[in-house]
Amino acid sequence: MSVSLVVEQALNGLQFGLMLFLMAAGLTLVFGIMDMINLAHGSLYMIGAYLAATVAGVTGSFWIGVACACAATALIGVALEATALRPLYRRDHLSQVLATFAMILVANEGVRLVFGDQSPPLNPPAALSGAVALGPDLRYSAYRLVVIAVGAGVAALMYLLVNHTRVGMWVRAGASDRGMALALGIDVPKLFTVLFGIGAGLCALAGALLGPILAVQVGMGESILILAFVVIVIGGVGSVRGALVGAILVGVVDTCGRAFLPQALKAVFPGAVADNVGPALASISIYALMAAVLFWRPQGLFPAQA
Amino acid sequence: MTARARRLLAIGAVLAAVGFPLVAMRFDLGFYVGFVNRVMIFALAATSLNLALGFCGLASFGHAAFVGVGAYTVAILAEHAAHGSLFGVIPGTTSAWIAWPAAAATSGVVAALIGAICLRTRGIHFIMITLAFAQMLYFFTVSLKTYGGDDGLNLAHRSDVGLGVRLADDTHFYYVVLALLCAALYLMGRLVRSRFGRAIVGIRENEVRMEAIGFPVFQYKWVCFAIAGALAGIAGALLANHNAFVSPNALHWTQSGMLLVMVLVGGRESLFGGVLGAATLLGLEEVFSAWTTHWQLPVGAILLALVYLAPRGIAGLFGREPMA
Amino acid sequence: MSAPLLRVRGLAKQYGGLRATDSLDLDAHAGEIHALIGPNGAGKTTLVAQLAGTVSPDAGTIEFRGRDVTRAPVHERVQFGLGRSFQITSLFDTLTALDNVILAVQAKAGSSLRFWRAAAAETGLVRQAEQVLDEVGLTDRGRVRVRDLGHGERRQLEVALALAGDPALVLLDEPMAGLGPPESRKMVDIVRRVRTRAAILLVEHDMDAVFVLSDRISVLVAGRVVASGTPDEVRRDARAREAYLGHSPRA
Repeated sequence: MSVSLVVEQALNGLQFGLMLFLMAAGLTLVFGIMDMINLAHGSLYMIGAYLAATVAGVTGSFWIGVACACAATALIGVALEATALRPLYRRDHLSQVLATFAMILVANEGVRLVFGDQSPPLNPPAALSGAVALGPDLRYSAYRLVVIAVGAGVAALMYLLVNHTRVGMWVRAGASDRGMALALGIDVPKLFTVLFGIGAGLCALAGALLGPILAVQVGMGESILILAFVVIVIGGVGSVRGALVGAILVGVVDTCGRAFLPQALKAVFPGAVADNVGPALASISIYALMAAVLFWRPQGLFPAQA
Repeated sequence: MTARARRLLAIGAVLAAVGFPLVAMRFDLGFYVGFVNRVMIFALAATSLNLALGFCGLASFGHAAFVGVGAYTVAILAEHAAHGSLFGVIPGTTSAWIAWPAAAATSGVVAALIGAICLRTRGIHFIMITLAFAQMLYFFTVSLKTYGGDDGLNLAHRSDVGLGVRLADDTHFYYVVLALLCAALYLMGRLVRSRFGRAIVGIRENEVRMEAIGFPVFQYKWVCFAIAGALAGIAGALLANHNAFVSPNALHWTQSGMLLVMVLVGGRESLFGGVLGAATLLGLEEVFSAWTTHWQLPVGAILLALVYLAPRGIAGLFGREPMA
Repeated sequence: MSAPLLRVRGLAKQYGGLRATDSLDLDAHAGEIHALIGPNGAGKTTLVAQLAGTVSPDAGTIEFRGRDVTRAPVHERVQFGLGRSFQITSLFDTLTALDNVILAVQAKAGSSLRFWRAAAAETGLVRQAEQVLDEVGLTDRGRVRVRDLGHGERRQLEVALALAGDPALVLLDEPMAGLGPPESRKMVDIVRRVRTRAAILLVEHDMDAVFVLSDRISVLVAGRVVASGTPDEVRRDARAREAYLGHSPRA
């Protein structure tokens, strides 16, 4: 186990974590402000990836594909919120689960209808297809480095927005106590629609950026959605800072766990057991962490709500 | 709908179910016997969830895991009947009389262990923590390379029942499943009217007051959750038999989501909510997939419509059960 | 004087900088109606919560029928003979009044881990429940669902649920809350009748009712008992007058 391998996996974990953050940021605000479980969040991620692949395929430019995907998905998000999601805010959580679960079905099939059954290729820009030397014997994908940079940039932007602007203050107020925010005259519904659109755009960004790495296919939303929920539970519902910390934590544990746990286990357990349990242990440990937080500190690491 | 009308309808449904295979064979629709089998198995699974969710208010988002544990119990026991033994000690078996109760027992114990932790939380946290444990079980089954891992595990044949019953025959299997489903519904009907049933309904309605009148609320939730898990285990045993196959997919969170959808669509708080929901969801799937490969779209759209238009599920459209 | 049924010593509960309960001592005796009065913010709600078991005290002891119940969970205290009614009505809204009381009776009538026999067929439970409904004046209202009951009737049902478990001591938390004059008079009669069955710790703002009903009154101010005694003694006590009785009683 060399240092460069550890660094490589850590960077992979950071990269995955930052993409998870893009998804979790929108999700945590939806949950925090409107107390709504939105399972269709993963579908926005999928739609973004498909749009990016299609536009990039047509224009030949990856970044134009990404930009169009984000813009279009943001609009789709706004339309979705204004029509299908709004009646669900006053319903109980299980009705929200049912409705958004149905939306997943519709979205998956809709994507198949529009884009076909084939998994569209999404290639990173040619300029980034090579590797960069990060150390004496570590070469790391240039594309992944850019993904990290974009993710970190968005995180910084969100930090500025949430903590240093008036709009951000409204968002924090709404996430902390919606009733009080309303009473203070903050137009929570309109703010929320805008937020939802931004969240959708962030999903699309994550989908587009991860597309070259994870493959664009129907159902790609479901697996990342569940991880996004883990992130917001650990981080604290309604807290963007919590989403960032939680996302990086989950991303690193998942990636490094998968890479190193099988070997670590081999040192202690016989080969057969280590081979069996090793890879799964990384995933299991993430959910164990989620359960532990829910049990001992249900409000999460950075509670937003009073 | 009056209680009498409801009872007549239930009897009618059972009679129709009993006569169905005979009619299907007559008109060369044998395929549909397998389909109704599948509906009944999921009806049983959904009914077990309804016990926890509809009657006790426990919104478990991990119930498919208990179904999966039951299915794997049967499959693993069958695997070791052919060779080897479980943990090197326990011999395998293909006898339904041992494997199916074992499935129920294993699921019940797993539910009891998970419940001991999860039931200390409430509301959205409970929903999430049950999801977390179900995911842990899912990844655990993926890691079981000796039992197929991701690829799943085949059963050489369906369980042995003896007494002249051959489960390999779809019609025989149908009647066994029907009998178990009816028995489960009958027992649940009695349970709901019993002291225990009143207690769990009370807990659903007002947990604080239940404590204040002297009920050890946690214990009752726990027992209810374990029973629901055990019942799910039986559904799992039947599922393993139906497909002659188990895979980690049966424990995936989307399967738990589907069970929740069935209960909510069918109408929680109704004894037949699970049956109605399974029949509706799988029926819609069957009808639309005959028409188009994109059947998920109209089915999803109909489910959406149901959420907005029938907030209390299909059973809710027919008026409330007297034992709400 | 016989040993007290309820013996509270040095009870303390702090929320941040606020001492909701401050080294509080209190006794309640069998056969007595002991009223707890005090201005808003005196800590009555917190005290009731600690006695019932929904809030855990920071310090002090609560002894009930000779047993230390300071850390006992809510349902254990109820099983041991402590009942309570809620200030804000807390019933089983979708059930009938009779079913509400049957639940409370059932809780004390052996284990409810019975899965087969229909509860409605247990004539013993039903009869006991009907008796309790009689006692609180809801005789013919058993088959009515809670949400179809009037406010006054719901307050009566509140008391019924506290009584149904045949407690030795009942915590009545503002039973008159929201009741008009005729309903209040009815409630006073009910409380008098309850006294024959169980000791009562009565938290109330309705001063007329308090002075008419009580055998003992304790005045709570800022988490402490500043005066305690018979109604006459308390009426004459300077500290009590200063703290509370200076305000005009509810009409």
